[in-house]
Amino acid sequence: MKNTISAFLLGTAMALSVAGMASADDKVVKIGVLSDQSGLYADLAGPGSTLAAQMAIEDSGLKAKGWTIDLISGDHQNKPDIGTTIARQWFDVDKVDTIVDVPNSGVALAVNNVVKEKNGVYINSGAATSDLTNAQCTPNTVHWTYDTYMLAHATGQALVKAGGDTWFFLTADYAFGAALERDTTAVITANGGKVVGGVKHPLNTADFSSFLLQAQASKAKIIGLANAGGDTTNSIKQAAEFGIVKGGQKLAALLLFLTDVKAIGLETAQGLNFTETFYWDLNDKTRAFSKRFSEKMKSGAPPTMVQAGVYAGLLHYFKALEALGGNPHDGAKVVAKMKTIPTDDPLFGKGEVEANGRVTHDAYLFEVKKPSESKGPWDFYKLVGTVPGNQAFTPLDKSTCALLKK
Amino acid sequence: MQALYAQLLVGLINGSFYALLSLGLAVIFGMLNIINFAHGALYMMGAFVAYFLLNLGGINYWWALLIAPVIVGIFGMILERTMLQWLAGLDHLYGLLLTFGIALIVQGVFQNYFGSSGLPYSIPDQLKGGVNLGFMFLPIYRGWVVVFSLVVCLATWFLIEKTQLGAYLRAATENPTLVRAFGINVPRMITLTYGLGVGLAALAGVLSAPINQVRPLMGADLIIVVFAVVVIGGMGSIMGSIITGFALGVIEGLTKYFYPEASNTVVFVLMVVVLLVKPTGLTGRAA
Repeated sequence: MKNTISAFLLGTAMALSVAGMASADDKVVKIGVLSDQSGLYADLAGPGSTLAAQMAIEDSGLKAKGWTIDLISGDHQNKPDIGTTIARQWFDVDKVDTIVDVPNSGVALAVNNVVKEKNGVYINSGAATSDLTNAQCTPNTVHWTYDTYMLAHATGQALVKAGGDTWFFLTADYAFGAALERDTTAVITANGGKVVGGVKHPLNTADFSSFLLQAQASKAKIIGLANAGGDTTNSIKQAAEFGIVKGGQKLAALLLFLTDVKAIGLETAQGLNFTETFYWDLNDKTRAFSKRFSEKMKSGAPPTMVQAGVYAGLLHYFKALEALGGNPHDGAKVVAKMKTIPTDDPLFGKGEVEANGRVTHDAYLFEVKKPSESKGPWDFYKLVGTVPGNQAFTPLDKSTCALLKK
Repeated sequence: MQALYAQLLVGLINGSFYALLSLGLAVIFGMLNIINFAHGALYMMGAFVAYFLLNLGGINYWWALLIAPVIVGIFGMILERTMLQWLAGLDHLYGLLLTFGIALIVQGVFQNYFGSSGLPYSIPDQLKGGVNLGFMFLPIYRGWVVVFSLVVCLATWFLIEKTQLGAYLRAATENPTLVRAFGINVPRMITLTYGLGVGLAALAGVLSAPINQVRPLMGADLIIVVFAVVVIGGMGSIMGSIITGFALGVIEGLTKYFYPEASNTVVFVLMVVVLLVKPTGLTGRAA
C-alpha cells in the first residue's frame, strides 16, 4: 500500500514537472527534411540535405541555449501525392514545425499548399519554380537557393548578349520545365532574341537522340536545356555524341549541379556555361564548410548549392527562433520574423528575405573547366561573372505575389 | 521527310536495346518458365562491371563486351542454383516476386555505394565520331550498336531454334523427365540457359554504358518497357521478341517526333491494344 502511494506521488510529481516545462517558454522544435532520397535528385539533395540540416542544428548553438531540436527526414519519391501525404502526417501526427528542402517543383508546389494550410514553416532550397514566390506565394514560405527567374536571367541574358539570339528548348514536361522555359523565353525576347522551337520530353528520359536531332534540324544557335538532374546529363552526353557542339550549336544548361558535372565528366562537360548561387570553392568560408561536410558524406562529395541552401536557410531560421525567444509553432509569425532579419551566412553571404518569401543573394556565372585545368576530384568550375543579389531575382514590383498587394 | 528517316534510324537504335533485353527475357521465360524481373538490375550490373573493368583494371570496352556478360552470367547462375531452382513447378507469381525482390536488393546496394546520378563511361576511341548520312549525323557508336545487337540476336535465335543443343533445351522444357531419361543433365542445362539470358542482359548493359550514364536505376527505368515488348511479342517467342523489340523502338522514335509527350506511354497503349485483340501476343502460341 505504501509503495502504491509513493509510486502514485512520484507519478504526480513527474506529471507536474512535464506540465511545468510546457507552460514555460516552449523551446522545442521539430524539423522535417523532405527530399528525393533515392531518385534522380538524390545526389544533389537527398541524404546530403539531411546532413546539412544536422550541421546547421549543431552550428546554430541553440541547444546550448535550452532549445530542443528534432530532425526527421522523408522520401517524396518525386511524387506530389506522396510528398503531401508525408507533409500532412508530419504536421498532424509527428508535430513537425518546419519542412525544408523539397526538390522537384511539382512536389514543392503541392507541399507549399499543405504548409500554408497547417501554418508551418517552409524553407525550400531544392525546387526551382519561381511560382513559389509569385502566383503561389504564401506567408509561410521562404525560397532560399535559386529559382527559374534567376537561372533564366543570369544564363539566358549572358548567352543572348554573346550573340546566341535563336533558341530551341528541350523541356522536361512538368511544372519546373514549363516555368524555366517560360522565364527564359521572356528574357530571350526582351533582349532581342527569338525562340524557334522546342520539344517537351517526359521526366526521366534515357534517350534524347530523337529530340537532339530535332534541335539540330532547327538550326538554332542555342539549345536550351530546361531540365534537371539525369535528364540534363543525358542530354549533354548525347549531344556530344551527335556532334551538336562541334556543328556550331551551343548548349545552355539552364540548371546544372555539381553532381551533374561529376556524372558527365569534364571531358564532355567542359566549356558549358551555367549559373549557381553556391560553389564549394568560392572562398575560405565555403571551403571550410565544404571540408567538414565532405568528411561526413559517405561519398566524400562536397555540398551542392541545394544542400548548402538547406544549411544556410536553417541557420537563418534559427536566428529568427532565437529572436522570438520561444513558442515556435506559429509558422507565419516565424517567417515574418525571418523577413525582418537580414540574411548573413558563411555560404551565401549577405542578403535578405523579401516580402514575397524570396531570398536574394549573389548569383555566379560559371564555366566548366577543361580536364587539364582541374586540380582535384571536385575542381570543376571557373567563375566568369557575378550577378549581384538585388539584380539576380524577380524585382518586387514585377512579382505577382498576393502578399505584396496589401 | 529527311527528319523522318533520321527518326526511323534512331528508333532502330533504341529498338536494338529492347530486342537484346526482351530476347534474354524470352529465353528465360521460354526455357525456365520464370518471369525474370531482375533482368533490369542485371543489365545495370553489366554496365557497372564494364565501368569497374575500365577504371580499376584498365581493361577496355572490347574486353568488357566479353568479360562483363561472363561475370554477370556467373552471378545469375549462382542466383539460379541457390534460389530460383526451388521455385520450379510453382506458379509464375513466385518467381516474379523473388526476382523482383532480388532486383530491389541489387539496385539498393549499388545506389548505396554509387549514388543516383551515375558514373561517366566514354565511347571507345575506335568508335568515336560520326558520319554524315545526308539526312542525319549518325554517331559511329550508334551504328555499331545496331549491327552488333542484330548479330547477337540472330545468333541466339539460331542457337536455340536450329542446333542440337537448342533442341535438347526445347525438349527439356516440354518434358524434363523424358529428356533426363536420355542421360541429359537437365538442371545443369537450365542453369546454363539462365546464365545465357542474364549474359544477354549484361551485354546490353555494356553496350549502353557509353550512351547513357552508368546509373543504379538505368535498368529499372527500362525494364518496364521491355516487359511490355515481351508481352506484345508473345511470351517466350524468340523471334517474336527480336522483331517486336526493333519495331517498338521505331514506333517510339516516331512518337518522339510527332507527339513527344506521349513517347513514354505509346508502348503501353500498344500493349493494351494487343492484349485486347490477341492476348497471346503477336507471335505467341496459345498456352
